[in-house]
This record gives sequence, structure tokens and C-alpha cells, in this order.
Amino acid sequence: MKEAVAGTLESGDIFVRIGPGEGLQIDLQSSVAAQFGRQIKEVIGETLKELGISDAHVSAVDKGALDCTIRARVTAAAVRSSGKDVWKD
Amino acid sequence: MMFVPGNKPGMMADAHIYGPDCIMLDLEDSVTLAEKDAARLLVYNALRSIDYGDTEMVVRINPLNTPYGRKDVEAVVKAGVDVIRMPKTETAEEVVELEAEILKVEKEIGREGETRIMAAIESALGVVNAYAIATASKRMMGIALGAEDYSANLKTNRTPGGAELLLAREQIVVAARAAGIACFDTVYSNLDDMDSFRKEVELVKTLGFDGKSIINPRQIEIVNEVFTPTEKEITKARAVVAAIREAQAMGSGVISLNGKMVDRPVVLRAEHTIALAIAAGVIDKEEEL
Repeated sequence: MKEAVAGTLESGDIFVRIGPGEGLQIDLQSSVAAQFGRQIKEVIGETLKELGISDAHVSAVDKGALDCTIRARVTAAAVRSSGKDVWKD
Repeated sequence: MMFVPGNKPGMMADAHIYGPDCIMLDLEDSVTLAEKDAARLLVYNALRSIDYGDTEMVVRINPLNTPYGRKDVEAVVKAGVDVIRMPKTETAEEVVELEAEILKVEKEIGREGETRIMAAIESALGVVNAYAIATASKRMMGIALGAEDYSANLKTNRTPGGAELLLAREQIVVAARAAGIACFDTVYSNLDDMDSFRKEVELVKTLGFDGKSIINPRQIEIVNEVFTPTEKEITKARAVVAAIREAQAMGSGVISLNGKMVDRPVVLRAEHTIALAIAAGVIDKEEEL
């Protein structure tokens, strides 16, 4: 696993950086962290679990992204990091 | 049909709130090569999760002869898209190739025959082959003009009056009508000139198009105003339909209404007006039956 990023800092998006780690560590910055921080981290964790990734360091800057956007950005970063073809594997 | 870039999640989340009839999420020209993978994932997840209600969902994929096209088909068919828009269509064979690709993915997920196709015609060859393209597949629901690429291919420029597009527009309407499918006009990109936009919408409605492609929610109101029948037109159409029903009940196919002969073409136009008014939501379908 190499370091990779996906997403932007535009409104409604989330910027995700993923790299090697031991266990799953998620650092989150979000203007709605108090209300939705736990949920955002859960979506990030579930998405990585579905991709079979249990060891990674994730840094995310959320700009009010929907859950589906979080899933898409985390998947894109993970695929870029691992080189795995998400549509075939 | 409102174009929304497939790499702008904020816009993708809000697009349906403005009430377009159809949203086209774009994986092609509005997405850079480096972001094709990420945009595909955004579109896939948005289609699966966002409730777009009755809005018809279209995705413009990359051409099949690029490294992205087949992956786009796989993603959007698996996400349950209504329509795949094929860019830069030039021949019927390209449509057949796309259809085979769609069917392959549909068989994998047990959703055979559900995905429809819209072909964008954006070159001189595409215009020449418009009817063959329009009839290349049972899945074909419409053809659309892509004017920027078409103008470049003709070696000319876009002009305010659109003289350079006249033949292509007429050819596309005629091909669509002959094939019994829909036709959609190209986008108008200058958001600061709403008067010229309105004139263009009026022109394409007169030419026979079913709708106009737009790039901003601010353009929706004008398209709806131009394409929605007026109260006067609806009243006239209702009178024609009522008169012909009465005549048919008495065994006659031709009638006179307000001193004018009403025959089949007039009735067809009246029925189309009523259908448009129902689709636009200005009259109730139940009342017309």
C-alpha cells in the first residue's frame, strides 16, 4: 500500500488521504464533526472493511459530503493506493 | 436534460432539487483523465444512494475505444442507470457494440433489457448516419446533437443564430421521428445571454425537438416556458379532441370546428399538445381521459 489521495476541498466533497498503518487510524477534520464525526468515521471504516483493508492511516477533510460521496472518495483513494481493480476484484 | 459534471459531488447531490426532467451525469468531457476513476465511483455511488425521484437519470460514458468506456458501462449498469448516453456516435455498429457491452453486464446482475441508450451525434459522419444510428437498437430512446464537436468537425464556428447547425438539427429531428424515438438539442453555454438562449429554445421547438440540453438550473425555467403549451393552445387542442371524439361516435372521421376542417394531422397535433401539457404538469391526466 502506497500513499494516495482522492477528493477535493469543495463544498459537498471530502478529501481523503490514505497510507500504510497498523490497524485502522482515522483522523477527521469536519465543520460538522460534533454532529456527524462518528458517522463519517463509521462510513470510512465500513468502506475500507468491504475492500478488505484493515491496516491503514486515513486523514480526511470533510466539506459536508453525503455518505455516498464518502464511500466513493475512500474507495478511490484505496484503489489508487493498492492498485486493486474495484470493478473486477 | 441538465448536464452535471460527474466529479462534482455537491452539484450531483442537489441537481434534482431544481426540477429538470432529466439529469445527465457526465464522465466524459467534464472529467480530466486523472480523475476518470474517481468520477466513475462518485457516479456509481450517487446513482445507488441518492433519491432522484421521478427524474430520468442518464450517464454520459467515455467512448468504448478509450481505456475508460467499458468500465463506465459496467459501473453505471450495475448502479441501475436509466439511460447510457454514448458520445460522438458515428455509426450503427458502435451502438451495436455498446448494446453488447450493456447486455453482458445486465446478464451478470439479472437486469436484462432495462438499460436504454441515447446517442450523441457530434460529427458530419454521425449526421449522415443519423437514421441508421437511431434504428440500431431497440434500446435506443433518443438521439442528441453535440454542437461544439460538430462545429469543429465542419471546420466552422458556433454563431448566435446557429446557421451552421441547421442541417444537423433538421436531420436529427427527421431521423428521430422516422425511427419513433426522441430528439434533444445541444447546450447553450452563455449564461449571461438569456434572451439569445430563449430564441434558440424557440427555434429548436419549432424544428421539432423534444427538449433542450442545459448546463445550469437557471436555464430550466425558460425551456419549460417555451415547451409547455399555453392555456390558449390547450383549450384549442381540447376542443379538437372533443370534436373528433364526437364525430367518431357518429361514424365520421372528418369534422368542422369553428368553420375549419379538422382532419388527422390536426388531431395528432392536438393530442401531442395535450400530452405535452400533461408531461409539464399543467393539466391532469385523469381529466383528459
